[in-house]
Amino acid sequence: MSQMLLNALLLAWRAIRRNLMRSFLTVLGIVIGVGAVITMVTLGNGATRMVSNQISSLGSNLLILRPGQQLGPGRDSAGAPNFKLADVEAIQNQVPALKAVAPVVGSRVTLVAGNQNWSSQVSGTTNDYFVAGNWTIASGRNFEPDEERVGKAVCVIGATVKTQLFPRESPLGAELRVKNFSCEVIGLLAAKGQGAMGQDQDDVVLMPVLTAQRRLTGNQDVSTLMLSLRDGVTAEPVMEQIRRLMRERRKLSDNEDDNFNVMDTKQIAQTLSGTIRTMTGLLGAVAAVSLLVGGIGIMNIMLVSVTERTREIGIRLAIGALEHEVLLQFLIEAVVLSALGGLIGIALAFVTCLGLTALMNMPFLFNPGINLLAFGFSALIGVVFGYMPARRAASLDPIVALRYE
Amino acid sequence: MSDSAGAPLISLRQVVKTYGTGTAEFQALSGVDLDIREGEFVAIMGPSGSGKSTALNILGCLDAPTSGAYYFRDIRVDELTRNQRALLRRQFLGFVFQGFNLLARTSAQENVELPLLYRGEDTAHRHEASRRALAQVGLDGWEHHTPGELSGGQQQRVAIARAIVTQPLVLLADEPTGNLDSKRGHEIMELLVALNREYGITIIMVTHEPDMAAYASRTVRFVDGNVDSDLRKEAA
Repeated sequence: MSQMLLNALLLAWRAIRRNLMRSFLTVLGIVIGVGAVITMVTLGNGATRMVSNQISSLGSNLLILRPGQQLGPGRDSAGAPNFKLADVEAIQNQVPALKAVAPVVGSRVTLVAGNQNWSSQVSGTTNDYFVAGNWTIASGRNFEPDEERVGKAVCVIGATVKTQLFPRESPLGAELRVKNFSCEVIGLLAAKGQGAMGQDQDDVVLMPVLTAQRRLTGNQDVSTLMLSLRDGVTAEPVMEQIRRLMRERRKLSDNEDDNFNVMDTKQIAQTLSGTIRTMTGLLGAVAAVSLLVGGIGIMNIMLVSVTERTREIGIRLAIGALEHEVLLQFLIEAVVLSALGGLIGIALAFVTCLGLTALMNMPFLFNPGINLLAFGFSALIGVVFGYMPARRAASLDPIVALRYE
Repeated sequence: MSDSAGAPLISLRQVVKTYGTGTAEFQALSGVDLDIREGEFVAIMGPSGSGKSTALNILGCLDAPTSGAYYFRDIRVDELTRNQRALLRRQFLGFVFQGFNLLARTSAQENVELPLLYRGEDTAHRHEASRRALAQVGLDGWEHHTPGELSGGQQQRVAIARAIVTQPLVLLADEPTGNLDSKRGHEIMELLVALNREYGITIIMVTHEPDMAAYASRTVRFVDGNVDSDLRKEAA
């Protein structure tokens, strides 16, 4: 019996080999479908992992306060008012569990020093930023209270900015042109490397918040607050306290939703991962449709093949093939084709994922589950879409089939 | 050949085959009686539409008679199902066709192996048997050639090797020389005669060429769906 099955496999394989080009085109749909499904899911998993890794590397005691409702699908953040420096002060005074409250005001600006220029993220903030963001000053100093109070044009630069604009000399004391004003470099940050979304964390310029408001944004808004919890404090009650304070300051009535949100890093990671998962699911579903189309392609080719191979089927029946053996052969042909397509698709997805994850600095998470699932599904497609053509082939009358031209 | 006095290998009794229904009904065979003994070489002749091909299809268990009885040894073939007839073909019969009917782009050896694959034979036996069958038809060294690389005569030899690889009792040939020139045709006939003499394979051959039929030991002529004459050649 196993010899019988082995022989059926051999027969199917020889039939596939005889029409190599057609077989290849037949499985192309499956290859692309399987490849796309696996690539989408693998990249989605990698992106999720990357975001959560990097956000948790920010530190577990960091809270972020932003205008608008919490991130996530279906939320509307448009039109929510920004914070003011008064909000920063109020939080500083009324929430003792925080060791740092740093306002962040900023935009992306072109910097010029000497004959070099470079575009970078310029943020106005306070010395608390160094605490909240876990920064250390490599050389130079942080802001003096006087500089913060009057909004003096001084700045602390990140390692990348230093490399780009002051490749050889020390930047300390040098003049840096930010947009349309000149700014003295007073400090250099120790390098941190790559950050939460794969961006370069060291590509920053920090200046006192007043300086940024007056000379860069031209208003008194504060777009984000970075808050750092004291050691050993749990985040939830503090977040609730901040929420109540902000509702009070913004005079929100009980039936109004928050028009701001405070999140700890874990929540941010969850929200972002959730969004990425939704996208992954969506793209995976589109890819799955292409897999189905691939299956229909197999059925189409197998049906054509039955007509084209009518004579051959007649020969097989005449020399002693039983009906169910012809059925089995055609079914095996379809399954072998689609399974082969599945395997090629898996290999293709593997290579694609390897390349894309390297390109996007993402971890490559090989997911055996989705690979097995896609392979199993492609084989199943072979059975489902191969059955009808196989049935038709097996029920041919040998005399009619032999006479068929 | 010595048991020619015993029971016939094949017996048709009042076999009728009709195609179509109603006014379109056409009787291809009208009550044929025919006995064929083991080891005979029978040529079936007759004009077109005389029923000779229909008779060969029924003898070859490819088709079932509309009525009448067909005994193969002691098996009532007319009462068998489609699948049972296929098993009978696989077990006892070999086919050679006018158009060779080899699988394209498939080597001679793989073509010859085909019936063995359906019998569930293992690789070693398949190789051995297919090489021996190819040698029997004089095609040593041509195992790996595909039909496209072989002449018509060689293709028909491959087809004969495929038919005899299972060591069948009966070889059924439908105009085996119809697509060949007369020189190749005579070579094929000599091969069939040799197989008949040396291995005792019963051969039933449909042909319309009298000089090919002359190789057979017996000539059955069909006219209008029935046996018109049945001549045995005196043993040489």
